[in-house]
Amino acid sequence: MSKEAELEGVKQSVVSGAYKAFVGVWMTGVILAAFLYSPEIANLKGTQIVYFHVPCAWLASLAFLGSGIYAVLYLRRQNLELDVKSASAAELGLLFCVLATVTGAVFSKANWGMAWNWDPRQTTIAALLLMYLAYFALRSALVGAEKRAAISGVYAVAACVVMPFLVFVLPRAFESLHPTVVRRGGMDPEIAVVLAASTLGFTAFGVWIFRLRVALGSIALSRMEEPL
Amino acid sequence: MANSSSTWADGCWAVLRKDIQSEFRTRYAFNAVVVFAITTLAVVSYSAQVVGAGSRLLSPLLWIIILFSAMSGLSRTFVREEDAGTANTLRLVAEPTAVYVGKLLFNTALLAVLDVLIVPLFLVLMDVSVGNLFLFVVILITGSVSIAATATFVAAIVSKASVRSALFAVLSFPLLVPVLVAAVQGTEASLRGASIPEGMPFVRILTAFAGAMVAVGLLLFEHVWNEA
Repeated sequence: MSKEAELEGVKQSVVSGAYKAFVGVWMTGVILAAFLYSPEIANLKGTQIVYFHVPCAWLASLAFLGSGIYAVLYLRRQNLELDVKSASAAELGLLFCVLATVTGAVFSKANWGMAWNWDPRQTTIAALLLMYLAYFALRSALVGAEKRAAISGVYAVAACVVMPFLVFVLPRAFESLHPTVVRRGGMDPEIAVVLAASTLGFTAFGVWIFRLRVALGSIALSRMEEPL
Repeated sequence: MANSSSTWADGCWAVLRKDIQSEFRTRYAFNAVVVFAITTLAVVSYSAQVVGAGSRLLSPLLWIIILFSAMSGLSRTFVREEDAGTANTLRLVAEPTAVYVGKLLFNTALLAVLDVLIVPLFLVLMDVSVGNLFLFVVILITGSVSIAATATFVAAIVSKASVRSALFAVLSFPLLVPVLVAAVQGTEASLRGASIPEGMPFVRILTAFAGAMVAVGLLLFEHVWNEA
C-alpha cells in the first residue's frame, strides 16, 4: 500500500476507534444518569427501563423505515448493494424490536404482574416482529439474488407502509396500559434530557452495527456467496 | 400483443372476466373458501357455550372464519397462472396494473360472495342480534376489501416463491393484524349497538388500510410481475 493510503487507513481507524469509544462513554453516562439522576415516573416501578425501551423501539422503527427506503432504491436502481443494506436494516430492526418487546414485558411483569396480556401495544409489537420474521422467511424461500432482492424488497416496502398503522395508529385508537410519557405539558426536563441522550446514543450504536453488517454483506456479495 | 385500441380498463375487465369464467369451470377457489367457512362455522357453533355468547366472543370468531377462509382460497388467482403456464401470456397481453386490478376485483368479489353466504348463517346459528346494522355492514365491507387487497398483493409475491401455501399465510397474517384488530373491535361495537360516531375510528382505520394496500399494490406489482 502507498504511504498516503496507509496514512488514510490509520486515520480512518483512529476516527472510528474514537467514535466507538465516545459512544461507549456516552452510553455509560446515560446508564448512570438513568439510575442516579432521573426521577421516578408516575408511581410506576422500575421506570429506568424507559431509557432503554423507548430508544430500542425508536431504533426499530427507524431501521424498518430504512429497510423500506433501501428496498425502493433497489427497485429503482437494481444495485444489489442496496439490497444488502435493506436486509441488514431489517435484521437490525428485528433485533431492536425483540429488545423492545422483552424490556416491555419485563416492565409489565414488574408493574402489573403479567408479562404478556395482549395489551394493544403488545399486540402491535408482536405483529411487527411477525412481519419481519416473515420477511426473512420469504428471503429464504426465494432462489436467485436478483429475484430474492426484488420480491423481498416489495414485501419490505409493504411492511414499511403497514408499520405506522401498528406503531402509531392502533395503540392510540384503543385503551392501553402503556404509559404516556409525553403529556400536554411536555415531559419533566430531567426525564427528557436523559431520554434524548439515550436515544442519540442508541442511534449512534445502531448506525455502527448497521455499517458492520453492511460491510459483511458486501464482502459476501462480492464473493458471490449468499449475503443474507 | 395488446390491441392498440384496447384501454387499461378493457384489460382489467378482461382479466376479471377470464378469472370468473375459469373459476366457474372448476370452482376450486370458491369451494375451498366456502366449504372451509361452513365447516368452521359448524364446528364452532356445535359447542353450546358459544351460541348466544355475546359480541365479545362472537366478533373475533366471525373474523377468524373470514380470515382463514381468505387464506385458504385467495392465493389461487396468481398461483393458478404460474402453475398452468399462462402467466407469461398474460404478461404479454396486458399491462401489469391492469392484471393487478383485475385480480384484485376478482378476489374482492370472491370474498364478497363468501360474506353474503356466511354472515347471515353466522348470525342465525350464533343467535346474535345486530345492534347497529349499518355500522356492521360498513365494517364488514371495509374489512373484507382490506383483506382482499392484502391477500392479492401477497399472492403475487408468493406465486414466485417455493413453499407457497405456508408462506402465503405467514406473510399475510402480520400485515393483516391492523385489519383484524380494527374489524373485530368495530364488529363488536356494532353488535352491541354502538352509534355511528363511536364506530367511526374503526371504519377510518380500515378504509385507510385498504387504500394504503391498494396503492402499495398498484405501485409495486410491476416489480413482482415482471421478475421472471
